[in-house]
Amino acid sequence: MTVQQVLFFLFGAIALGAAIGMVTARKVFHAALWMLLAFFGVAGLYVLLEAPFFAAAQLFVYMGAIGVLIIYAIMLTRGMMRQRLPRVNDQWWFAGLLAAVLLVVLVWLVWQHPWATTTAAAPEDSLNRLGLTLVDPEGFALPFEVASVLLVMALIGAVTIVRER
Amino acid sequence: MESLSRFLAFLADAIVNIGDWIRGLLLGAGLADPWVSLIMKAIGAIVVAFFPLMVVIFLIWAYRKVAARMQGRLGPNSSGTWAGPYGILQTFADAIKMLTKEDIRPQGIDKIPYNLAPILVVFASIATWAVMPFGPKLIGTDLNIGIFYILAFSSAALVVFLMAGWSSNNKYATVGAFRSVAQLIGYEIPQLLAVLTVVMVTGSLRMQEIVGQQKIPLLFQLPVTAFIFFLASMAEVNARPFELLEAESELVCGYFIEYSGMKFGMFYLGEFMNSTAVAALFATLFLGGWRGPWVEQAPIMGTIWFLVKMALMLLVWMLIQITLPRLRIDQMLAFNWKFLVPLALANLCIIGLVNKGITEWFPGGVSAWTRAGILLMANVGIFLATWGILAALERREQRRREAWRAAQVGEVEVSA
Repeated sequence: MTVQQVLFFLFGAIALGAAIGMVTARKVFHAALWMLLAFFGVAGLYVLLEAPFFAAAQLFVYMGAIGVLIIYAIMLTRGMMRQRLPRVNDQWWFAGLLAAVLLVVLVWLVWQHPWATTTAAAPEDSLNRLGLTLVDPEGFALPFEVASVLLVMALIGAVTIVRER
Repeated sequence: MESLSRFLAFLADAIVNIGDWIRGLLLGAGLADPWVSLIMKAIGAIVVAFFPLMVVIFLIWAYRKVAARMQGRLGPNSSGTWAGPYGILQTFADAIKMLTKEDIRPQGIDKIPYNLAPILVVFASIATWAVMPFGPKLIGTDLNIGIFYILAFSSAALVVFLMAGWSSNNKYATVGAFRSVAQLIGYEIPQLLAVLTVVMVTGSLRMQEIVGQQKIPLLFQLPVTAFIFFLASMAEVNARPFELLEAESELVCGYFIEYSGMKFGMFYLGEFMNSTAVAALFATLFLGGWRGPWVEQAPIMGTIWFLVKMALMLLVWMLIQITLPRLRIDQMLAFNWKFLVPLALANLCIIGLVNKGITEWFPGGVSAWTRAGILLMANVGIFLATWGILAALERREQRRREAWRAAQVGEVEVSA
């Protein structure tokens, strides 16, 4: 096994183990922390894929922003912080069914998709290419702009909700 | 004479030469090349990781000394127990005292997050040093996303404050953690926008490239951006005018109130290390990093310039820390959302347009000085516009206050 493979299994184990820890944690806060660890594992996988920008974005967006948002939401929810809650409610069978179906669909997709593989190294200017593709009309300019409009709408919505009248 | 000039040549690029010497030694001992590279990387990582720790030991001493002198005290000194000349060993004594203290764990804490938080604080602040350019060839790793990596780590470190505050099972700690989110996330936005402006002008996220582009330090090209970045990073490292996470007087130290001994020491260390990192970042982004006279002849001068610039920023940081009182939480949030964020956004748009305009109008390229001049003019424009808007707002506020007062007086007269 090469060093890269060892690291791949290590980060994969972190991500998967943390994901299992998240769904089995008794406290919601612990679940959130497990989730952040899972994000960290995924960031490590991005580093192995020679995509440092995605790794940093993973840290920045998922751990720095979404993680904090989720913890904040937990802290603001009544009774979520101290007591140990039951792990399942009476809709567990439905959620389990949905999760199983999703798992089957994902596994099937991964299985039947012809994954293109290459042994070439990642291009040196991948970051520039990513930036150009995002603003290229032939590339992803439209989804990119739609996403920014969505974020601006969320921003204005937040301001409108908390505005003093 | 011969040996002296050889010694000087060695000294001129001392750190790189020492590295080459160790590499030669290892290769001579018969080790294979990949292993030697690995060992060299490990040595480099250890040196880079210890650098902020070393700086912090003296920074704490310097901070106490400067603060004392500004307040008419002596500060750490050797008049009682001997602590070295000017009390320079005081920090070592404090560190040893902290290490020997009893590890007190309050009841009802959440053990794993509680014990993990101080470690992660130090980890996150050391990690940012990996991409700091200490000299022309001295950098931990010159990632192509350099500056973004630093911001990502400082953003992810936010969670640690929440972990510490929440797991301590203390209401003051929890309030401190809540504030940390309000403050750090809020001030991250202007900081990010300021960095984005720098990235736009220099055209790279790579730290060495940002330094390389600064023939004229960006402070003199983008003073408004530097101002925004400086204020926002003061808030990010929780320095005095924005020191609301700790707030000794009302929150009795905020999120790390329940920590004692070395765990408290690690939070303290992390805070000083973050300040050092931010000073180094400011020196890199706005003061030209290792650039300065004689760097071509003697690359070691680059490291010295970098340290001098960093020390200068730390001194400014100390002076502000010591002089200013703390803001109220609502003032701090209002200052961020109503002043710094709009200013940073306007600054980003205008500098972006001007910078693009320069490239469009001068298709043959333009000298660094012309570009800097035009950018500076744009900055002066932004400054004057900001001043005008603030003055107009102040006048309107004053009129409203006078009208309100007049109405009050009228009411009093009627009721009398």
